Amino acid sequence: MVLPAQAQSVLRVGNGAEPETLDPHQGQGVSAGNIVRDLYEGLTSQSPSGAVAGGAAERWEVSADGRVYTFHLRPGARWSSGEAVTADDFVAGLRRSADPAAGARYPEILAPIENAEDVSAGRLPPDRLGAVAPDAHTVVIRLAQPTPYFLQVLSHPASFPVYRPNLLRYGREFARPGRLVGNGAYTLVEWAVQSRIVLVRNRNYWDDAHTAIDRVEYYPTEDLASELKRYRAGELDLTSAIPMAQAAWVRRTLGAELHLAPYLGTYFYGFNLARAPFAGNANLRRALSMAVDRELIAGKLLQGAALPAYGLLPPGMPGYPPARPDWADWPASRRIAQARALYAQAGYSDQHPLQVELRFNTSEDNRRIALLVAAMWQQRLGVRTQLVNEEWKVFLQNRRLRSATQAFRVSWIGDYADPMAFARILRSSDGRNDEAYDSPAYDALLAAASAQADAPRRAALFAQAEQRLAADTPILPIFHYLSKHLVKPYVDGWSDNPLDVHYTKDLRLRPH
Amino acid sequence: MRRSENRRHRIRDKRCRTGAGAASFRPVPASVLSLALRRLLGAVPTLLVLVTLVFFLMRAAPGGPFDRERTLPPQIEARLAAEYRLDQPLWRQYLHYLGRLAHGDLGPSFQYEGFTVGELIGSGAPVSAELGGAALLLALLLGGGLGCAAALARGSAVDRALMLVSMLGISVPNYVTAPLAILLFAVLLNWLPAGGWSAHGMADAVLPVLALALPQIAAIARLTRASLLEVLGAGFIRAARAHGLGEARVLLGHAFKPAALPVLSYLGPAAAGILTGSVVVEQTFGIPGIGRYFVQGALNRDYTLVLGVVLFYGTLIVLFNLLVDLLYGWLDPRALPA
Repeated sequence: MVLPAQAQSVLRVGNGAEPETLDPHQGQGVSAGNIVRDLYEGLTSQSPSGAVAGGAAERWEVSADGRVYTFHLRPGARWSSGEAVTADDFVAGLRRSADPAAGARYPEILAPIENAEDVSAGRLPPDRLGAVAPDAHTVVIRLAQPTPYFLQVLSHPASFPVYRPNLLRYGREFARPGRLVGNGAYTLVEWAVQSRIVLVRNRNYWDDAHTAIDRVEYYPTEDLASELKRYRAGELDLTSAIPMAQAAWVRRTLGAELHLAPYLGTYFYGFNLARAPFAGNANLRRALSMAVDRELIAGKLLQGAALPAYGLLPPGMPGYPPARPDWADWPASRRIAQARALYAQAGYSDQHPLQVELRFNTSEDNRRIALLVAAMWQQRLGVRTQLVNEEWKVFLQNRRLRSATQAFRVSWIGDYADPMAFARILRSSDGRNDEAYDSPAYDALLAAASAQADAPRRAALFAQAEQRLAADTPILPIFHYLSKHLVKPYVDGWSDNPLDVHYTKDLRLRPH
Repeated sequence: MRRSENRRHRIRDKRCRTGAGAASFRPVPASVLSLALRRLLGAVPTLLVLVTLVFFLMRAAPGGPFDRERTLPPQIEARLAAEYRLDQPLWRQYLHYLGRLAHGDLGPSFQYEGFTVGELIGSGAPVSAELGGAALLLALLLGGGLGCAAALARGSAVDRALMLVSMLGISVPNYVTAPLAILLFAVLLNWLPAGGWSAHGMADAVLPVLALALPQIAAIARLTRASLLEVLGAGFIRAARAHGLGEARVLLGHAFKPAALPVLSYLGPAAAGILTGSVVVEQTFGIPGIGRYFVQGALNRDYTLVLGVVLFYGTLIVLFNLLVDLLYGWLDPRALPA
């Protein structure tokens, strides 16, 4: 049946970068995830406020030791092709997602599953993964360790099911219009690269009766200034973000439409501990950290579009308040005096100032922040900073070498609302540890937290790990991100949440 | 056969009374064909050098297509490198690329998994062609018209105003005019869409075409004015006027063709300017053309996509220059080489 055009409810979304793929197991970007969550549904899902909710599974049980999860699929769950979604589809999705031969990009998120690390490393075949389907409606997942956030992992695209007939027929090219069969609330009808991606309602979705929006159009909006203009011209109902430099102006003119909310992300500077001047000089690193006025950066420079950061972990983790070192609340004069004392202890003075290189990837925001930080270091400690900006891929490569950098910019976005999503990146074995931070004590605390099923004890272990970081100062936290969407007043059902996950099926459009 | 050739000679003879060199008596099609053929053959080594340069320059750039903030486990990185042959020596990858190219295959995109470069260019090129073609046409018509108007009203206020505005048009780059145009016409006045393509039909094209054509309109207007003024001062125009021909006949019948020659030879650089301008304009207006792929491809280290777009641009410029030369030859047969 064809509905008249005006009866259709169409949502137009500014979605940031062009997604590299809509294959749930291969996409890594935020923009791909936004679309993939409309196309597929995991065993679990998220409520608009960010809490774990039922997805393709309507209920589940967890064993007493927290290591065996049994999921019961909804009897009515179907693929967009009309066939029933079976437990095997989920097991096949998890195996594919962990399989290095499938080129899967997110194996670390499945790591809690039994044997997942060995499968991802190619040491065990994918069918040894700890996920089985005893019958068509039941998925049983065994974990290597109790993992309190595991239900969140199952709403991440890396754990989504796969429609095997089309995977077999088209291989890696199945994620295209006409070939992509999903089990989500929407189905893919058009993908014009760099132009738009169009989804329409999946009439076979189990909860289609409660879906209100008929069609979603995702527009790539890499250029945030252009995105803002298109939003103001009424061509977009939602934006992916706003340009940081215009935050104050946007708040003044579009006030109620701007949604600023804590987002699981941290912007920080890493210190390269593998070479001078930061190797073996914790006093110097602490001095530099204490000399930076985060309130000024977040409040004035970023115009309130960020939160000052004193630790790696952002706010918004259930049951875990972010750490705040005592000096964060000292008056500026005391803090600077202490920073100067540490700087002197580290062996530097006005006669013999620190000469340091601060490296960042080319962007206006990065440059402004680096300039301000360098000015604070100069003014308060007498540090001479050389700013080096590099194109993104060049920058990444130099960072990874661990021999080219001294201080460098990093930002990290969490995939699930748990301290581990952040804490793990400074483990000595982590591939992202460009700081070359190698603390057996820190590693041991994280290992103990992973094995701990009791929530308060686990939180205490993470708190200790954060104290370890504060003492060693391998990083200089600057700000925590805020999600910065513009949402038209006629969009109902929008709710800010720390993972910044929004399903189109939860939104409605009022006549406008 | 002979008769028709003779007739052709006569026609040509009449057409270019001024340039009666031996060369211009050769049959036109043969000369044009051989010119076209030689130029096309000559383009092959040019394009090969271009591809080779870009291939090795792209590889010399640090970083790779799979580098992200989030690192991949080494075994998966190795797997991807093997799949895209990045683990082989560079010369072998180069030969492999050339081999595929010989079969018309531009390879898979590194960034847009599941798409081939051929598909991406196939979807982007028509959009860029529409945008660029419209801009070039507009530049010719409007630029030419304004240039003629200025030349005919030489020294008047109109002339001075036009030349001042055109100076502005040449000096202000697209990355300034495009966002300004969006702000004015889309956000403040709400007359036209701020971006996108095809969702609003023709209205989509107005601002990007204008932004892209503006510097070329200005350049062509100045060039036309100067060229027409020069021709109008020439002896044969005075002679035509002395014969009592009306001003319209003088202009259209005698002055137009010679005045158009410099403008025509500017079309090559104009086309190149529109190609580079489209990179900015497509990005600003969110238009899915290949200019956008070019920028994104280079940033993403999407080696095959960048090579494909460079090759496409290179071929286009060669063809365009050839077209300009042929048109030139039609307007002034002396220009055709022996």
